[in-house]
Amino acid sequence: MSAVIDDHAGHEHDHGPAKGLMRWVLTTNHKDIGTMYLWFSFTMFLLGGSFAMVIRAELFQPGLQIVEPAFFNQMTTMHGLIMVFGAVMPAFVGLANWMIPLMIGAPDMALPRLNNFSFWLLPAAFAMLVSTLFTAGGGPNFGWTFYAPLSTTYAPESVTFFIFAIHMMGISSIMGAINVIATILNLRAPGMTLMKMPLFVWTWLITAFLLIAVMPVLAGCVTMMLMDIHFGTSFFSAAGGGDPVLFQHVFWFFGHPEVYIMILPAFGAVSSIIPAFSRKPLFGYTSMVYATASIAFLSFIVWAHHMFVVGIPVVGELFFMYATMLIAVPTGVKVFNWVSTMWEGSLTFETPMLFAVAFVILFTIGGFSGLMLAIAPADFQYHDTYFVVAHFHYVLVPGAIFGIFASAYYWLPKWTGHMYDETLGKLHFWLSFIGMNMAFFPMHFVGLAGMPRRVPDYNLQFADFNMVSSIGAFIFGATQIFFLFIVIKCIRGGEPAPAKPWDGAEGLEWTVPSPAPYHTFVTPPEVK
Amino acid sequence: MMRHPHVWMGLLLWSIFGQAQAAWTMNMAPGATEVSNAVFDLHMIIFVICVVIGIVVFGAMFWSMILHRRSTGQEAARFHESTTVETLWTVVPLLILIAMAIPATKTLINIYDASESDLDIQVTGYQWKWHYKYLGQDVEFFSNLATPTEQIHNQAPKGEHYLLEVDQPLVLPVGAKVRFLVTSADVIHSWWVPAFAVKRDAIPGFINEAWTRIEKPGLYRGQCAELCGKDHGFMPIVAEVKSKADFETWLAERKAESAKLKELTSKEWTLQELVERGDKVYHTTCVACHQAEGQGLPPMFPALKGSPIATGPKEDHLHRVYFGKPGTAMAAFGKQLSEVDIAAVVTYERNAWGNNKGDMVTPKDVLALKQGESK
Repeated sequence: MSAVIDDHAGHEHDHGPAKGLMRWVLTTNHKDIGTMYLWFSFTMFLLGGSFAMVIRAELFQPGLQIVEPAFFNQMTTMHGLIMVFGAVMPAFVGLANWMIPLMIGAPDMALPRLNNFSFWLLPAAFAMLVSTLFTAGGGPNFGWTFYAPLSTTYAPESVTFFIFAIHMMGISSIMGAINVIATILNLRAPGMTLMKMPLFVWTWLITAFLLIAVMPVLAGCVTMMLMDIHFGTSFFSAAGGGDPVLFQHVFWFFGHPEVYIMILPAFGAVSSIIPAFSRKPLFGYTSMVYATASIAFLSFIVWAHHMFVVGIPVVGELFFMYATMLIAVPTGVKVFNWVSTMWEGSLTFETPMLFAVAFVILFTIGGFSGLMLAIAPADFQYHDTYFVVAHFHYVLVPGAIFGIFASAYYWLPKWTGHMYDETLGKLHFWLSFIGMNMAFFPMHFVGLAGMPRRVPDYNLQFADFNMVSSIGAFIFGATQIFFLFIVIKCIRGGEPAPAKPWDGAEGLEWTVPSPAPYHTFVTPPEVK
Repeated sequence: MMRHPHVWMGLLLWSIFGQAQAAWTMNMAPGATEVSNAVFDLHMIIFVICVVIGIVVFGAMFWSMILHRRSTGQEAARFHESTTVETLWTVVPLLILIAMAIPATKTLINIYDASESDLDIQVTGYQWKWHYKYLGQDVEFFSNLATPTEQIHNQAPKGEHYLLEVDQPLVLPVGAKVRFLVTSADVIHSWWVPAFAVKRDAIPGFINEAWTRIEKPGLYRGQCAELCGKDHGFMPIVAEVKSKADFETWLAERKAESAKLKELTSKEWTLQELVERGDKVYHTTCVACHQAEGQGLPPMFPALKGSPIATGPKEDHLHRVYFGKPGTAMAAFGKQLSEVDIAAVVTYERNAWGNNKGDMVTPKDVLALKQGESK
């Protein structure tokens, strides 16, 4: 290395990014790639959100007004796929790229070229997926869970492109996960033992193992669909000796860990943010790590709770009911720990803290409805109604998405070198909070009253709450464009951020200047 | 008028809350069976447990958010672990869960006991209607959405049972243990009547069991609960529960009707009669995909107006309707409609919307095809 430095004497310490577009195409820098992931994710968030606006506009009143049922189904399907695979997952990978090296004192991710490839697969995958909306016969219309045979024998022709897109997303996720594991296990600064790692690093390590375990299962699932559609096999067709329920077992073996993939990194981020603004160390660090690992383990043995009404034998039904109820224990431990961290702290409520506190409260509400859904006999009434829609939006919107917003506000000063506008940030929070609750809380009521999910039209008894939901959804949706404005304003200027803008914050990322230089921790820091 | 403002206030309140009773339903209903009541109780118990835990946890959070703010001069404590507390909040929730699992298990085992039924009904899901077959009774029929399309497209005011009304309801006897054998002819559907707490997926190639014993006569409404394609939101379920005597009368009438239908097959039909009958069949069975004017919804659902099938040889046309087109949404209607109705609808399609072929397919032609198939 010394020879290289000699040859380039004078500018080796100031090796900044390349110029122009090729900087982004060819970059192997974890900060650049993290930034691209975050922008991509936000773009997809707005696109998936606009599909949700179409759904809510159609459901604003009973009757068919805006779209036909066939197109409505494409909207629900694409909304789910884009939000899960395009918005939430890439946002967390973006945060991992930016923050994991900074948190563990590493100069970059362990596998930088792989990192570049993981990212650039995503725009290709989503361009292909979204383009199917413009094909004859329309895009995928079988729900984001794409149950066979609706997604095989009865699917539009675009299903093949959907399968290819899922494969690309899967490869991207697996490579991203390998990179995270390799980085965390190999590139920690001296003295950064596993049990000293920030919880965001821990939860991402566990998430990465979940990804490696289940994304290949999803790939297998869509490959079997491909074979059934084009090569005459009958994996999911009873007429040829296959089984449509097999599809659901395989899908949910992926699908249940997937919901934890979308929430565990948020658990980790919030576990940094709440102590920072409580000015008090995280309560029960060790139990947080074990609780995360327990949740990850349990996520593999509860998949059939999504299938309580498919006719599983009673013993199987009981097993999955008990296992699902058990998840409440480690999840409860986490919530109790966050509350205890706040207890007798010295609290302030800047925007990241507002989102983090709302995360704890609203995610817990989603956890409660999850516990209700775990009770199999009661699930016979809840299953496939708006109660389920309310439940998973309560864990995903104030869970995953608020977790991402909290992280974005918390680390924006580090990324941009400027403080964001606190007043606007708080306004963004309150509008999101009100809009989100208005949109999703009434869904509990219409679900319990008997409204099935994924319908474009409904009986008059559900009309009033649906109108409230739609208004809430429009408020929530419009507010996110406002977030774009806040971020751009913060990038372009604002009060200069010190290296550590939050007095209660801890961690190596606050030891480097703001904005973080293009290369950080070229010499590993010493952790005591 | 202004002398009695309280009257107007009363009316105003009544208009808000009177409507509220109908439209602002917030909770599950206990339903009409022992099982649905048990399920409702489980729902309320687990709900109350969640509310109590929520009050404790959120209470503690709001307590510290109000009292432990930096602006009140609060100094942060430094504690960050306690094995006693951690053990406590692991064990206590576990005990609550065990207490909850016991009644849930009992109810679940009861729900799964479909033995010793008094009446067996095969329920088959089709895109997008339900078929009911009273096993061993020679009675079977389709149950289609009865809401007029004008209401769905906002050209007529919507009725009270908008989207929850059918042409022929499922008829059940009160007090009897009715077993449902649920299956599907195409994609997965889910048969759900909330008042019975029965929801079972209808899966092609498989038969699922469920049962109910309804305590009160009346009309009970439900919907398909599993996304099954375009008209998933338009395949309701209506169960009419009658006293045992009324049920027996109804069953006897239905048996007589199916005998009469067999007579109709051998009757000599005129073109005019077939077209008239076919018009009704088309607008019940075919209209969802091929549309009112035969224009279809290409490319998924082709037009019939001027189509090569509907204006080509009548044998091919009958064959397509009878056997369907495998791999597409076009079902084999030979299994769904009577000979008379198939003959009528084919004849109608050949003579409607300018397809003026002037020829006809008779019920006897259909019967010949059916007998040829069984040979």
